[in-house]
Amino acid sequence: MSAHAELLTRMAVTLVVLLVAAPMLVWVERRLLARFQLRLGPNRVGPFGILQTVADALKLLTKEDWVPPFADPVPYVVAPMILGITVLGAFAVVPFTASGAIVDLDVGLLFFLAMSSVGVYSVMLAGVASNSKYAMLGAVRAAAQMISYELAMGLSLASIVLIAGSFNLHDIVVAQQGLPYVVIQPFAFVVFVIAGLAELKRAPFDLPEAENEIVAGFHTEYSSMKFALFFLGEYLGMILIGAIATTVFLGGGNGPFLPAPVWFAIKVGLFIYLFIWARATLPRFRYDHLMAFGWKVLLPVALLNLMVTGALVVARTAGS
Amino acid sequence: MKVRTHYPPWAAVTGLLRAMWIIFKYQFRRPVTIQYPEQRAPVAPRNRGRIVLTRDPDGEERCVGCYLCAVVCPVDCIALQATEDEHGRRYPEWFQINFSRCIYCGFCEEACPTYAIQLTPDYEMGEHQRSHLIYHKDDLLIDGPGKRHQYNFYRHAGVEIGGKDKGEAIAEEPAVDIRDLLP
Ligand code: SF4
Ligand code: SF4
Repeated sequence: MSAHAELLTRMAVTLVVLLVAAPMLVWVERRLLARFQLRLGPNRVGPFGILQTVADALKLLTKEDWVPPFADPVPYVVAPMILGITVLGAFAVVPFTASGAIVDLDVGLLFFLAMSSVGVYSVMLAGVASNSKYAMLGAVRAAAQMISYELAMGLSLASIVLIAGSFNLHDIVVAQQGLPYVVIQPFAFVVFVIAGLAELKRAPFDLPEAENEIVAGFHTEYSSMKFALFFLGEYLGMILIGAIATTVFLGGGNGPFLPAPVWFAIKVGLFIYLFIWARATLPRFRYDHLMAFGWKVLLPVALLNLMVTGALVVARTAGS
Repeated sequence: MKVRTHYPPWAAVTGLLRAMWIIFKYQFRRPVTIQYPEQRAPVAPRNRGRIVLTRDPDGEERCVGCYLCAVVCPVDCIALQATEDEHGRRYPEWFQINFSRCIYCGFCEEACPTYAIQLTPDYEMGEHQRSHLIYHKDDLLIDGPGKRHQYNFYRHAGVEIGGKDKGEAIAEEPAVDIRDLLP
């Protein structure tokens, strides 16, 4: 019983923290982007404009929840839910605390990859079910982009698995007690961050929702709460990618003095800052450049890195 | 100038890092935002904003209802009806400007022969209803002379009105009596 109670409290705390952090992140991003562009950003609603997202959320909630007559209603409604469920589900294996994640899954890393792959279905379903040209274009782009970048992401994580000898995210964190893997595996780190950005569909990889070409891409036809779910999914995804990168490359909650969750939050914050910084700096990729970069640069780098890592691991185990 | 077309393969990375660095530094600069209702951007004295109809130094309406402003207006937002008072002075019976269409080009001011219509630096004209943006003569007419303090059209023009005969305008010769020249 107490084990169940503890599990439930952990889930509740994680959910509350995430569902508060994601809208906060919208505000943080708007303020930060503004500073990068010599603007001030939203600063009117509440102290420092912090309640701006509350106002926006209220506005979204009161909008008409519309299913366009030309859309395919069932997948249209299901698609945003898939995104929310997969992103939130993936957090189950992230070890926020020193004692591990909500579920101590032995295939945690695989679970994360699987969840983010299922998340692609949400985008594709949304685009196809919307039955409009812009949504369709966005979905096609999203599918191509996310599938090709997922490979590089998986390969970069595979080299970490080789070193750590485990798919369990908690074990990976424990294995980094001495040295975070970003030092040993800089290439895998860079590949993961780039592929993660692509997975998030954020600038410079925001082709699926390129505002100035295809309106809003796959979620063009969405309104109200369904749109809000996509929005929430994007920002939760930002936290998720940051959290996985923290866990796998920066040693999760490891750190002196402060408790593990605080260290974890600081490191995730760094990644989120990096994502926003990249968005402020980099222009959008062209579609063919995106594909060429993914297949001709990222994938070979990740593959080579995996091969070299594998060879070294084998040499070490054979030597000892 | 020699245009560089070939770059070393690492140029993409160095270029990217440089761009990231520049943007990083920008976040520590002072934002250029002017927080509008509390802070205001300085407005040039000749900024073209809300349009007024001015009066001459004697306090009479300057507009003579010549329709030149209405004709020159590129968006056709001026409408008026000219009429005449008992002294023979022309003035607009009614005058309206539709500010929801006005583009503040200032052509009307340039066209006006009497300096009657003038643009002012006021730009805060927001309304909740479009019909409120149609300004009538009461809204447009001001008490002062605007930019040209001394100018009085009828003191320069040769037309005869009550209290000013032909030949009495500034720099005008007295009228010639053509019968005088008869042999
Ligand atoms: S400023 Fe231009 S657009 Fe406006 S009333 Fe005068 S002529 Fe018309
Ligand atoms: S404002 Fe000037 S241009 Fe327009 S009708 Fe009056 S006198 Fe003529």
